[in-house]
Amino acid sequence: MENRKYIILGLVILVGIIFLIKLAQIQLFNEDYKLAAMDNAIQRLTKYPYRGLIYDRKNRLLVTNKPIFDLFFIPKDLRVEDSSKFALAIGLSKDELRLRIEEGRNYSMVKPSLLQKQLSFEQFNTISSMLVDYPGVIVQPRTVRTYPHESAANVLGYIGEVSKKELDRRKDTDYTQGDYVGVSGLEQNYETVLRGKKGVQYVMVNVRGVVKGSFKEGKFDTTAVAGEDIVTTLDLDLQKYAEKLMEGKIGSVVAIEPSTGEILSLVSSPSYDPNLLTGASFSENFAQLSSDSMKPLFNRAIMAMYRPGSIFKTAQALIALQEGVITPETRIACIRNVVGCHGAHTILDLLGAITNSCNPYFMGVMRRVVNRDQSSNPFTDTRLGLEVWHRHIRSFGLGGTLGVDIPNEKGGLMPSVRYYDKAYRGRPWKYSNIYSISIGEGENLVVPLQMANFACILANRGFYYTPHLVKGIGQDKKPVERFTEKRYTTIDSAHFRTIVNAMENVVRYGTGSYRAQLKDVVLCGKTGTVQNKDKEDHSVFIAFAPKDNPKIAVSVYVEYAGQGARAAASIASLIIEKHLFGETKRKWIEDYALKGDFK
Amino acid sequence: MNYREDIPSDVDWSLVGYYLLFVFFGWLNIYAAVYDASLDQNIFDMSINSGKQLLWIATCAILILIIMVLDHKFYEQYAYLIYLLTIALLISVLFLGREVAGSRSWFEIGSFRLQPAEFAKFATVLVLARYINEPGVKMELLNHQIKAAILCLLPVALIILQGDTGSALVFFILILVFYREGMPPFLLIVGILSALLFIFTLLVDKYLLTGVLISIALVISLRMLFKKLRKKWRKIALVWLGLVMVAGVIFSVDYFIHQILKPHQQNRIKALINPEADPLGYGWNVTQSKIAIGSGGLLGKGFLEGTQTKYDFVPEQSTDFIFCTIGEEHGFWGSFLLVAFWIGFLFRLIVVAERQKSKFSRAFGYGVSSIFFFHFMINVGMTIGLFPVIGIPLPFFSYGGSSLWSFTILLFIFIKLDAHRSQVLERI
Repeated sequence: MENRKYIILGLVILVGIIFLIKLAQIQLFNEDYKLAAMDNAIQRLTKYPYRGLIYDRKNRLLVTNKPIFDLFFIPKDLRVEDSSKFALAIGLSKDELRLRIEEGRNYSMVKPSLLQKQLSFEQFNTISSMLVDYPGVIVQPRTVRTYPHESAANVLGYIGEVSKKELDRRKDTDYTQGDYVGVSGLEQNYETVLRGKKGVQYVMVNVRGVVKGSFKEGKFDTTAVAGEDIVTTLDLDLQKYAEKLMEGKIGSVVAIEPSTGEILSLVSSPSYDPNLLTGASFSENFAQLSSDSMKPLFNRAIMAMYRPGSIFKTAQALIALQEGVITPETRIACIRNVVGCHGAHTILDLLGAITNSCNPYFMGVMRRVVNRDQSSNPFTDTRLGLEVWHRHIRSFGLGGTLGVDIPNEKGGLMPSVRYYDKAYRGRPWKYSNIYSISIGEGENLVVPLQMANFACILANRGFYYTPHLVKGIGQDKKPVERFTEKRYTTIDSAHFRTIVNAMENVVRYGTGSYRAQLKDVVLCGKTGTVQNKDKEDHSVFIAFAPKDNPKIAVSVYVEYAGQGARAAASIASLIIEKHLFGETKRKWIEDYALKGDFK
Repeated sequence: MNYREDIPSDVDWSLVGYYLLFVFFGWLNIYAAVYDASLDQNIFDMSINSGKQLLWIATCAILILIIMVLDHKFYEQYAYLIYLLTIALLISVLFLGREVAGSRSWFEIGSFRLQPAEFAKFATVLVLARYINEPGVKMELLNHQIKAAILCLLPVALIILQGDTGSALVFFILILVFYREGMPPFLLIVGILSALLFIFTLLVDKYLLTGVLISIALVISLRMLFKKLRKKWRKIALVWLGLVMVAGVIFSVDYFIHQILKPHQQNRIKALINPEADPLGYGWNVTQSKIAIGSGGLLGKGFLEGTQTKYDFVPEQSTDFIFCTIGEEHGFWGSFLLVAFWIGFLFRLIVVAERQKSKFSRAFGYGVSSIFFFHFMINVGMTIGLFPVIGIPLPFFSYGGSSLWSFTILLFIFIKLDAHRSQVLERI
């Protein structure tokens, strides 16, 4: 019997060995448990930075932050006795609440899951006293964007949750799922400036998610750095006024200060209240806006491409003068066999042709630029001439993007030799094939921003600054360098004098005389009427004022509103008047523009 | 009674040394388990478990003193009385006890709580040893085995009635005493096989398991059929009789688990089989316990530096799951030492039991060894996921007054008996 002790001792040894093997396995040879322990007890808390604010040029707030509250819950601790009452209080249906709790449980019993996001300050106030009765609910304050003036939606843009695609693209940066990122307008373009830098805090939590202290005395923690503020070039008063004038119309207004390239106002109509794209109902509102047939999210001022119309004649004249193929005194007969014309005139000089917007004149002007018998072959000759023309026209900032500081700018189109080769698929072409671009019809396309910039070039007599929306960044209001660079056209400033005089004439005696003329200041402008097949024409007007030392240059597009002399000329002159004098003395014009019936 | 004779003259100091070592490190780890840096409590703070445990340890000193000065013959003489008193307590707790988490196993007098099941351990071991030492009792005989088994199973039945299955299971380990004192080895093998069969029943579908066993029986009987064997038919009948019995066990285990066990006990058994199936539900305890121990690595995170135990990820971390604190804070090195010291302790107990001249002392020694062995095996085993979560403490380490008292009594009665081993005449 005594030998049986060995059996029993053997059992004891066996158990001991099994234990040590198992312990070695989980403690020495398996890293999973260490990771799981970190995951359990160390929580990475993100400190969200305060996003930079956006001001107008007179330091009035355009975009600011307001507090909202996200509710999270820890499934292990959540006790909800009266779930229908609770669901109601946080704005969920009973089923949604149950679903979210279930999802949270599946994710983790001890880590917080989202219960409801973006409760407003008011909503939060009403439930904050109730929260005591619901253990396991955690409140995470955050901020969302808010727009006190409901203006300039398409300029400011909006922020939204960073998309999966964006996350993959921005792998190097510290965006994570659920972060907000600018998705259009200034919010997108100045994202890196506005967003600031996230901070991180590592804390130790217990099983209930209660923070029990910092991890390694905060050795790995970083503080959040607030984003920088932005001062825009916008003048809120002018912006609002322009928006008011454009109400109920489709089109755009761009006003630029010629001496700096600063955009004073940029309106795309119809627009929307930017506050719709913040807060809890973002997705609902976004869906509605993006399916709206009037396309309020489409920034017409920089994205809509139109044929330039008669405005273009001034550019043709400048190129011809520079090339020396005409002088201000050159007269060309108004022979209306190829293109039509308007008004009673037979043969005009340059001044008269611009004032009366004579079509055959400018067809002749461009022919002189393009066909100069440099080659005996009329096809080759046209190619050489068009190349010269194209070089000049590109220097006006046409046929390519200007580089404004909001995204999705379109560049329009100025047909080049290559373009026509492609369009005619190798078949020869000459001036008689392309003459319609001479009067701003045909293949060329411009966006309203380019036209406003063109008005600046005229106002400056030959140069421009890249139109831009940001005046200064950060505390010391540092300007963006590329916007301080003067860009010259290929045209001598002497030639501009002729054209500017002509534009003065347009307003004094010509097509724009009735609705664009101002009493106390000389306004120079040019009407444009962009023809639409089977539909009403687009009304276009570009202008600047005063004639000497101009303070503002404007382009106005009103779609399907008829002649440029009506809708666009009225709105453009009102905006200039507002900018120069603070208010309009021509109440009847304002009423006319507001009424919006231009037929 | 000679006074001088009853002063223990030959105390086994190594067992006392193990005891002091275990109690001291147990106490430190209880402090580590409940320690909360933000509250700045010290180890003596009476509002936390380590402070209370110190009070229990102090009372144990008094207990030890009493055990040591009592006549060594007292325990054998009054074994039946102690046993009957304990049975009476076990019965009365069913009516007077306080219900905690579905079990009615605690007496509550003011803030003082007592668990009679803990004391049933030493009372049962005492009575078993006494019975084995009765003149004419031979454990080789089935008759006597059954009588002894009844003595052991009576408290088991009462403890199960209280709803404390974990504590009840402890008594089954006393089969080792039976074995040491003469029970045929095949019964021990049957016992171990039953335990294995039990586990297989949990792991494998009962019909599949029965099917496999039937096929095995078929193969065996066919082979027998074509062999020249004496009493062939009788042997084949025996195989099938055995099969019927095994199938009976399988189905009764299944019935036991699904019909008799309470849901929380069922879940503990399910968690053993596959803790990953529901790591946040019934597998929570095991999963968190393994994470805590596994995260300790080789050297551990250091005293009071454990995050898993301190921040309550591990449940019951100062009582049944105290081993997690050791595993997390002292790593494999600490776990290794703990296992090694426990094996050393159990070895020493068996060696000391073997040197007893009286059957009573030896059987008692084996009883004590078996009970410590079972607690050690199940408690450490469950924290590392080798056994189901059966709520039994790790002796001397786990927080709890009743269990500390009970284990102290068990150990020191044995030390007392051993100290007087030379004064006992061996009965043949």
